[in-house]
Amino acid sequence: MKTMEKRYRCRCIVAGSGEGEAIVSTEAMCFYLCDPETGTVIEKGHPLQGRSIAGKILLLKSGKGSSVVQVDGLYQLSVKGTLPKAIIVADTEPVLVSSSVVVGEPMVDHMEVDPFEAIADGDWVRVDADEEEIVVRKSS
Amino acid sequence: MILSDDEKRMLDGSCGPGVQKAMELQVALGKAFDAERMIDVSRAHVALSGQEGDTYWCELLVNGGAVCKVTPTTNPCWDVKMLTNHYGVSQAELDLALRTIDVYRRIGARLTFCCTPELAGNVPSFGEHVAFSESSATPYVNAVLGARSSRESSVSALAAAVTGKTPLYGLHFDENRRGTMVVDIDFWPDEPYDWGLLGWCIGEFAGTEVPVLRFRDRPCRPSPEALLYLGAELNTSGAVAMYHIVGVTPEAPTIETAFGAAPVPSSSQTVTRADLKAKEEALSEEGGKINLVMLGCPHYSHEQIRDLEVLMRGRKIHDNVAFWVLTSFEALELAERSGERRRLEDAGVRLVPDTCIDEPCWKSFEGGLGVTDSPKCMYYRERRGQPFVVRRLSECVEAAVKGEVS
Repeated sequence: MKTMEKRYRCRCIVAGSGEGEAIVSTEAMCFYLCDPETGTVIEKGHPLQGRSIAGKILLLKSGKGSSVVQVDGLYQLSVKGTLPKAIIVADTEPVLVSSSVVVGEPMVDHMEVDPFEAIADGDWVRVDADEEEIVVRKSS
Repeated sequence: MILSDDEKRMLDGSCGPGVQKAMELQVALGKAFDAERMIDVSRAHVALSGQEGDTYWCELLVNGGAVCKVTPTTNPCWDVKMLTNHYGVSQAELDLALRTIDVYRRIGARLTFCCTPELAGNVPSFGEHVAFSESSATPYVNAVLGARSSRESSVSALAAAVTGKTPLYGLHFDENRRGTMVVDIDFWPDEPYDWGLLGWCIGEFAGTEVPVLRFRDRPCRPSPEALLYLGAELNTSGAVAMYHIVGVTPEAPTIETAFGAAPVPSSSQTVTRADLKAKEEALSEEGGKINLVMLGCPHYSHEQIRDLEVLMRGRKIHDNVAFWVLTSFEALELAERSGERRRLEDAGVRLVPDTCIDEPCWKSFEGGLGVTDSPKCMYYRERRGQPFVVRRLSECVEAAVKGEVS
């Protein structure tokens, strides 16, 4: 098995780092609609419905929902230890930013290439927000 | 972002971990909006919710040594003294409310527990830079008072209260406050209720735009309550934090002024009286027997309590109906002094301060049908499992007396 590793620049929004398996959400997410016990997305009709974001690197289109529910959603995941290891966001929006700072969830944006082309479900990804770097390892 | 020495000290932890966390949040927000720097704020309003995530954030700051530099007013949670005796809440729900009240007291907030601070108690003046969360308050301070506030969340507004700063972007700049679309309205809304429905209609197509409302005729000035309801719904069905009404709001003496250097768009959206009626029907549940009438989202003013008292004269509410009016402690005190409270209570209507519709204290009504004059109330209560019929005040009173609504 050949492993391809690539490094990309990005911008730090919330400091920290994390690595793990990538899970890709091409749509915006409201974390209130995740089961805190398992990190499983329960929003009806969401592309990630039925899949868990716990312990993964979440590539996310954007956030949605009011600040009250988004903050509480991420908070409940943090209490249960089911947060993603880090979030790479495509379209940054303020509620998602505020909520991630509250729970100390590492977050980056402005990946130098289109993140949805560079990262696929199941890739191994390391996000280092402090160094503003994303490492992607594809298995083929 | 370019930070002052003072701001750098907050960010590097020299002022303690609580202040550091608050500044981290604001720098992250500033980056997200490409703000070049921070600006001082002179007022803040925190839309505390009594939800655990929000309370946790306040604890994180205060346990890290933070206290508010700018004393913020606060949104309601629920009146634990009055309502615990009436309705079943779990020990965990009561504990969370008490924890919320305690932690906001410790961080140095002004515990007003009222969602309409801009009408009394925390009123910014024209041009003042402030950090106001609460979806009904942000459009009011921007559009009606001419103060400058971003569409803050409760957590970012609390951070602003702690640091005394907010990232400089968006509505803090004159050019971003200009209108971006025209809405033509060929009727004059009668009551705050109609203004609320109008706001809901416009919010649906305005999204994050800055709508400029142009009325064909303006027989009088809209009341503060009318403008409050307009903004509350604009910012519930949409994300409108700034709007103009030509000839009414301070940054729109003429339609040309509302658009600044840009030309007035030749095309416009329209809203008619028939649209309001259709919206009322679309938002509302089917009628039927009711168990609750809930008014005061946003909090009822003393003027609205007086209007209600006039409508209730000589009438009594149905045995199967609870009638609650949510209001500010100030309006409640005025209603006590001026006599409306006693007369309303004799008719079966109860007034409660410090309380929001979206709290666990109301859960014993869930499963039944409610009536309200607020689409915002309907929207948030639906999430908690109680459907609402939306009607104007006089029809809410009729429903309360009959125990049902058609």
